[in-house]
Amino acid sequence: MSFFDKQQNLKPERDENQSTHPPKLTRRTLLGGAATVAVAVVQTSWTKGVQIGIPEQPDDPTRRMGIPPGEVGTRSPFEKVVRKASDISSRTPLQDLHGTITPSDLHFERHHNGVPAINPATYELLIHGQVERPTVFSLADLKRFPSVSRIAFLECSGNFRTGKETMSPQEICGLTSQSEWTGVRLSTLFREVGVKPDSADGRPGWFLAEGGDAAVMSRSIPLRKGWDDAIIAYAQNGEALRPEQGYPVRLFLPGWEGNTSVKWLRRLEIGDQPWQTREETSKYTEGIKGGKIRQFSFDIDARSIITFPAYPVQVERGWIEIRGLAWSGRGKVVLVEVSTDAGKRWQRADLQEPVLDKAHVRFRHLWQWNGAETEIMSRVTDETGYTQPTFAQLIDARGADTGGYHFNPITAWQIKPDGRVLNRPENWR
Amino acid sequence: MSKLLVILSTIWVGLGGLIPQLPRPPLPHAVGDTLPNRFGFGKPATAAQISRIDIDVRPDGVGLPAGSGTAAKGQVIFVSKCAACHGVGGTGGAQGALVVTAPAPGKRPANVIGNYWPYASTVFDYIRRAMPFAEPGSLTNNEVYALTAYLLSANNLMDEKTVLDAKILPTIQMPAQKRFVPDDRRGGPDIH
Repeated sequence: MSFFDKQQNLKPERDENQSTHPPKLTRRTLLGGAATVAVAVVQTSWTKGVQIGIPEQPDDPTRRMGIPPGEVGTRSPFEKVVRKASDISSRTPLQDLHGTITPSDLHFERHHNGVPAINPATYELLIHGQVERPTVFSLADLKRFPSVSRIAFLECSGNFRTGKETMSPQEICGLTSQSEWTGVRLSTLFREVGVKPDSADGRPGWFLAEGGDAAVMSRSIPLRKGWDDAIIAYAQNGEALRPEQGYPVRLFLPGWEGNTSVKWLRRLEIGDQPWQTREETSKYTEGIKGGKIRQFSFDIDARSIITFPAYPVQVERGWIEIRGLAWSGRGKVVLVEVSTDAGKRWQRADLQEPVLDKAHVRFRHLWQWNGAETEIMSRVTDETGYTQPTFAQLIDARGADTGGYHFNPITAWQIKPDGRVLNRPENWR
Repeated sequence: MSKLLVILSTIWVGLGGLIPQLPRPPLPHAVGDTLPNRFGFGKPATAAQISRIDIDVRPDGVGLPAGSGTAAKGQVIFVSKCAACHGVGGTGGAQGALVVTAPAPGKRPANVIGNYWPYASTVFDYIRRAMPFAEPGSLTNNEVYALTAYLLSANNLMDEKTVLDAKILPTIQMPAQKRFVPDDRRGGPDIH
């Protein structure tokens, strides 16, 4: 078959005016593209479950019929951007992303006994305890309330790894991601069920957030956060939550350690003291000086990381735009500085607008690399005046007997004379 | 039609300079200002609906169900349902130790129930809500009491002969409790 014949076979036989008449699609037509890099089943308006081949690059794409419209979009097969999964989590490929919104399917995952299957038609959220009107809300009920959307990051407080040079940003701190979250303000629901502002003796009140997963995840949260900016979220980046992110409903607490944003939310109980659940006692607590253990340390402190250049890329001498992410759970980022001489001097990086409260911010700094071995690093300062510490400063403040929770040190990347970019491991334990 | 629009817009632009600026209408109220206290959405929760999933237990014992168990009974359950992940006697396995043991030379002791958990109620609460890992929710309340008794006595926090129930459990003192402090970070520039 000549090339011309192949093109003839690929000519669509679709008649726009006869949509009820499925066009003739022969097996030859579908395989006409010959070599493929991937095969996918797509649904179209005019056929059922057509198997299509996504063509390889070598042919001239202007001389080949493209793939018809489908019901769900796909990522280019040439993009190999994936999360890195362990038994309990999967990490966002920070080094492969641009801008500040994490594609929903690349948002990091952390769960404590898998992703539950919850039918939205039978889903219920119970709010009870110290309330005037214990109430059950269906998903439809929650969607009737005034809604709110907010772009904010979510980070696991255990988001720190070190130990070897060959670690990417994804491996070091891929347990942070950002989305636009949509739902109803928790304060709206608090008013609906009649939550009293504080307990009778004036102590701050608490609520228990409980998930409907196989771990029945539960955390105690101060009521003030519920009144302040908590969201009962049912959507993420414009669509329903992903199952891994708590479908159909999760709690979202901007700026607080990720574990408190309980997913697959089934119950909120209002009370006058914390419940001391396993997650806030034996986990998500950190050793500090004097043999003490700090708990209910909710705020995520300011952090930044250079995502380019970073392992595993290799760079060439000349102009390099250093890029990265900075964020703070305590408010807005006001300054990101970059050092290209192993921390001797620091220069102000450009921040990409808009700089949002409790949100990932993209920073950039143009640098001309002369080929000499060096280290590059970034540090962020937030609106409270807090500046991201070094590893040594953190250990000095907390003592050596601390864990990996709320550990946000400056990350340094070594630039080797041959252009390799390697993590500088920290001396941990 | 398009001609008419062109004419109208020309007139409008032409008049624009002549008509004095009208005061702007006031900005709409922020959403919070106009929110009613109640929308009337949702259904009143019945006592049965609440008790079906209200499983939490507080350190003061609020939430503990009826029932009881002993360490001896707990040990039998532990061997068949828990030891595969937590090791013989809870001394360590793929999912970690639960009982205090002597650390290896040069190593810190693992953070376990006996040296790190501040409240005994948490042991009961967590076993009931999440264990055994592959069959969560499958244990009876008596079995959860028995397993809690076994783990507390294995950590020398309770006499192994004691029958653990809703009265006894909140009285058990955990040595780690005095180590716990609420968030002492003050915010601002300080590193903590």
